[in-house]
Amino acid sequence: MKYWIAIIVALLFGGVVQAETAEEKGLRIAQEADAYDKGFGDFTADMTMTLRNRKGQESVRHIRIRTLEVDGDGDKSMSIFDEPADVKGTAMLTFSHGLKPDDQWLYLPALKRVKRISSRNKSGPFMGSEFAFEDLGSQEVEKYAYRFLREEPCGQWQCHVIERRPQYKYSGYTRQVVWLDKDKYRIVKVEYYDRKNKPLKTLTMSDYKEYLGHYWRPSKMEMKNLQNGKSTVLEWKNYKFRTGLRAKDFNKNKLKNLH
Amino acid sequence: MKGKILSAALLLFSLASQAEWRGNVTAEARYFWNDALYTEQEDIYPSLSAEVEYYHAFDGTDYSLTITPFYRHDGVDEERTHADLREARLHFARGDWEWDAGLIKVFWGVTESRHLVDIINQTDLVENIDGEDKLGQPALHGLWYRDWGTVELFVLPGFRERTFPGVDGRLRGPLPIDTDHAQYESDREDRHVDYALRLAGTVHDDWDLGLSFFSGTSRDPQLRLVTAGGQPRLIPYYPQIDQIGLDLQATLENWLWKLEAIHREFSDDRFDAMVGGFEYTFYGIAESDADLGVLMEYHRDSRGKDAPTPFQNDLFLGARWALNDAQSTELLAGGLFDLELGSRGYRVEFNRRIGQNWKITAEAQLFGHIDPKDPQYPLRSDDFIQLELARFF
Repeated sequence: MKYWIAIIVALLFGGVVQAETAEEKGLRIAQEADAYDKGFGDFTADMTMTLRNRKGQESVRHIRIRTLEVDGDGDKSMSIFDEPADVKGTAMLTFSHGLKPDDQWLYLPALKRVKRISSRNKSGPFMGSEFAFEDLGSQEVEKYAYRFLREEPCGQWQCHVIERRPQYKYSGYTRQVVWLDKDKYRIVKVEYYDRKNKPLKTLTMSDYKEYLGHYWRPSKMEMKNLQNGKSTVLEWKNYKFRTGLRAKDFNKNKLKNLH
Repeated sequence: MKGKILSAALLLFSLASQAEWRGNVTAEARYFWNDALYTEQEDIYPSLSAEVEYYHAFDGTDYSLTITPFYRHDGVDEERTHADLREARLHFARGDWEWDAGLIKVFWGVTESRHLVDIINQTDLVENIDGEDKLGQPALHGLWYRDWGTVELFVLPGFRERTFPGVDGRLRGPLPIDTDHAQYESDREDRHVDYALRLAGTVHDDWDLGLSFFSGTSRDPQLRLVTAGGQPRLIPYYPQIDQIGLDLQATLENWLWKLEAIHREFSDDRFDAMVGGFEYTFYGIAESDADLGVLMEYHRDSRGKDAPTPFQNDLFLGARWALNDAQSTELLAGGLFDLELGSRGYRVEFNRRIGQNWKITAEAQLFGHIDPKDPQYPLRSDDFIQLELARFF
């Protein structure tokens, strides 16, 4: 009898822990991080994007973001452009999905035209910045294959270091290395490797703030391009959660009357 | 008209503290390098324009107000000096419904080289021959959200006449167009109430479909020769029409497949027209951030050579080059090739942001070979380049 109990205990615990590969552990952490962030409902926030070229010249964009969490699919989000002045009133609506291509619409206020656009351009720059569309999109678990690398201190926190390889089509990366803290799954740093597996960009996320007593969001994200010397800083302000946004508010026809 | 716009603008300025503004002031110069066909015409046309959008949301209600005055002063062509309210509408949204009342601007369609199904607004033709500038349309507009898409209803009380270049302007025919004496099939003339209905939805995620119906005064006038009273001139005649329109776009990764088609019935005539084709985009060309889109659209009109448009049996080939840089530099180039008459016309557009608030746009229109039977034949000497410098706020 004791012999059987020992076998069952070994199978249940020892077996699971010992048999977990680096891939399984990486996936498990990604799933835990995803589960941790579930239930935020919706949020709105203001984003200031500062583009800096190699000579240090800056150009600034102001964008307002509205995001709705969708159960069992990627988020729905709206980006409303306030600056530069020539794109004021322009807005973009995205229904993100896991491995399936996202649905995307662009509103051009001069013509009052809502244009369905292709989301194929994952690796293209967002508004001329060092952020690609895929860097700013909804991060669903199934978008990557994971591998746990190691555990190490990252500033004041202890971090998991995980490698993830995009599984969706048309990514500009072979892989990314992600540092996220063990406690609240806050991403501290991401290293991006280009299609030839050369280091391309580094993203650092800082000044995390807690919302609704649970959800952590960075106030600052800095993307440095290691190959062209340019950088882009995103500063987030006025985060508001559970504002009452509904799926109806994310209809392409709503793009015409956004303010 | 000008006095009313000014007093409305002053009233709005007094409310500015609770409002949102955006707009631009633009300096423009057009240079026509070929000799003019008609003596009154010039080679250089400088002009200045301004468009301002004022938006006000009424706190604690579902109502908002949008007013968008536009004004252009042209240094040569009196007809191109004009003012318009592009929009002046009260908007209301609640539940599954949205309503607009006032002057509205609406766009329907998917294709790039011609906007065939787009019919609610009249074309402000003196602005640009590409037909993308529109006059504000008096309307009551309801939009109803359904699970499968949207239903839109338009009641359009009041008609806007198309604008045409004056005798001093280029891009016109040999005879002046007398816009002060337009004629209508309807006894109610420009007070005829038009109706429109549009159904739009998405099928299988990637197929966007629109079906529209219009009944009322045609936005496209027939130009009738009048010789009475000495000077021969052309008078716009606006017939009554019923029109069904279809627009379809399939968004399939690099491919955008597009189709627009109309069937239009007059009291004694009818015709069909279509435009269809694709845009294929090469993303990140030559390992850069730039995208290159190639476009092909085929035009057909059942009236053949009698069609009053240059699109009776034509092929449009174009390219869109977007640098995706911090200045949003973009270049568009296209050619329209008449497969029957052999006419050719080309258009190039370039634009780039300067600093944070300025934008420069250059546009060139070349009428290559134009067959004498082509409706564009009177424009054969009107190749031009246009430079625009705009300050946005």
